[in-house]
Amino acid sequence: MTETTTAPLLSIRNLVTEFRTESGIVRAVKGVDLDIESGQTVAVVGESGSGKSVTSLSVMRLLAKGVGSITDGTILFRGRDGQVRDLVQEPETAMRRIRGNEISMIFQEPMTSLNPTQKVGAQIAEAAELHQGLSHRQAWARAVEMLSLVDIPEPERRAQVYPHQMSGGMRQRVMIAMALACNPALLIADEPTTALDVTVQLQILELMRRLQREIGMGILFITHNLGVVAEIADKVAVMYGGRIVETAAVQDLFDRPSHPYTRGLLASLPTVDHAARAAGEVARLRAIPGNVVDPRNPPAGCDFNPRCAWAIEACRAAVPPMLPVEPGHATRCIRWSELDG
Amino acid sequence: MAETLVQVSDLKVHFPIGRSLFKDGVTLKAVDGVSLDIARGEVVGLVGESGSGKTTLGRALLRLIEPTEGSVRFDGTEVVGLPPRDLKALRSRMQIIFQDPYASLNPRMSVGQIIGEALHLHSIGTRADRDERVGDLLEKVGLPRTAAARFPHEFSGGQRQRIGIARALAVNPDFIVADEPVSALDVSIQAQIINLLQDLRQELGLSILFIGHDLSVIEFLCDRVVVMYLGHVMETATAADLYTQPRHPYTRSLLDAAPVPNPRAKRDRIMLKGDLPSPINPPSGCVFRTRCPFAIEACAQVEPALETVGPRHAVACIRQAELNLME
Repeated sequence: MTETTTAPLLSIRNLVTEFRTESGIVRAVKGVDLDIESGQTVAVVGESGSGKSVTSLSVMRLLAKGVGSITDGTILFRGRDGQVRDLVQEPETAMRRIRGNEISMIFQEPMTSLNPTQKVGAQIAEAAELHQGLSHRQAWARAVEMLSLVDIPEPERRAQVYPHQMSGGMRQRVMIAMALACNPALLIADEPTTALDVTVQLQILELMRRLQREIGMGILFITHNLGVVAEIADKVAVMYGGRIVETAAVQDLFDRPSHPYTRGLLASLPTVDHAARAAGEVARLRAIPGNVVDPRNPPAGCDFNPRCAWAIEACRAAVPPMLPVEPGHATRCIRWSELDG
Repeated sequence: MAETLVQVSDLKVHFPIGRSLFKDGVTLKAVDGVSLDIARGEVVGLVGESGSGKTTLGRALLRLIEPTEGSVRFDGTEVVGLPPRDLKALRSRMQIIFQDPYASLNPRMSVGQIIGEALHLHSIGTRADRDERVGDLLEKVGLPRTAAARFPHEFSGGQRQRIGIARALAVNPDFIVADEPVSALDVSIQAQIINLLQDLRQELGLSILFIGHDLSVIEFLCDRVVVMYLGHVMETATAADLYTQPRHPYTRSLLDAAPVPNPRAKRDRIMLKGDLPSPINPPSGCVFRTRCPFAIEACAQVEPALETVGPRHAVACIRQAELNLME
């Protein structure tokens, strides 16, 4: 334990997480480095098998016992008391005090994350009672206050209903209220708007932005949607095959994508030329060929090389290091400077 | 303009809920008076939030769900009320592609059996002919002929969706309902399937009803777009008009809500409050009025009719003439 107040809120170094499966050990996260400051939103973007969710579960130490484990690296977290702890080494009892209190998490599916047999007010109050030592009555008042904070109309009445009596958007608001009930320093949001309609997604993103301004927590935002990244993130890490392949401030990433995978993702988003269509043209997207990497069977060298138009022999020989592109912007591609040529 | 292939008039699909011997129950009006038509070779997009009735409408067109009222004419033949034998014959001309490529393929059947089943059911060709046709279809959707002997679990999500598409194409349909066929796929795989659909449509001249919620995908693929809300059509227009000159407040708010992959795109948005109301107890008058920032008293009184506002552009809003949504 070291005492320092200038350390980042969360600092992940060389994180490696593995799973024991029928077909042997699968390495889902292969050496991730990531920093998050208070009041900052860092988006981790990736497709299935990229390791983005496993990274967030590793921070929470929510890997299934005997199946998944962190085998290398450090996760330094600066707590409310200013102490920096390595979450990889913390005993489970200490993690229980941190989870839901100093670090909270919200998930994609609010229905399966809420207890269907308990009133939503009681579920929010539980966290406040457990971690903040509030009385039952105080905790209930805190729950109503939180429901009002996340813009749920008639919070006193809504605290008395069960999750199934609410819409998907309302349930996600309840999840956020529960996650923020103890004023966490870090909120981990794993695809929190993916199951929602776009109109409700916009409401939830606005809500998260506002609450961050008011509470000042850091947010680790896991998503596959580059549009959502542009809406919410300050900083972005693009993951592929268990590694970060590019990281940059959000504007720099969209202005100067410097990894063929990032470029491929951006190019595969539909854009329409209505004039060309009117002239009878049937447009095509620039799709990335092949399939997303199978973590059980990764290629040699750069994980993206089998799908990459720029791949050369050296890309198959070794995993490329992170190379600086500009201050705060790095890419795991040895040919990044040639991509525009 | 090309001839009309599918013509839907005032279609209603109502589901009784909670009805029993002792209870009257209520009615869920999933589709409540929808009219639209699809020309030969045309791709029409159907958008709306969950609960808008878009999937129910798509299935009712093929009579996978029985319509309660109204008419669906397919190439001149009335589909609603058609006897089973005639319906089976017609079904070889109308097919569906589903959203979930994991749930929609039988895990115990080989890919060859899955694709060949419809050929078998419709007694098309000899066994050898059918095997040949299955191989051709696999190649058409970008899979090797040898895939026929393998089983669905051996394939990725994108490959499974290719199998689902090959199955739909097996009987040479004129019309396909594609129900969110790329929504469950990874971003980089979505683009491959979108390109495949573009190829097939060009090569086979298919008419497609493309159901989706991703507005950029709909804009890319569709000639014309129908916007649904709570079982009603709010607006319909060519893709170019709908995206550049929306006339219905709901269309504008949907376009505004879609996240744009550009951090500099700071826009004045119409942000909707709350969620879609329950279709069991829809608002009176215009069903959108409870979330509409422009609603006035009159909106609660009358159910707005679809009014033509331009070439192939119609809007169901009593205030459409006075609203300027382009600002």
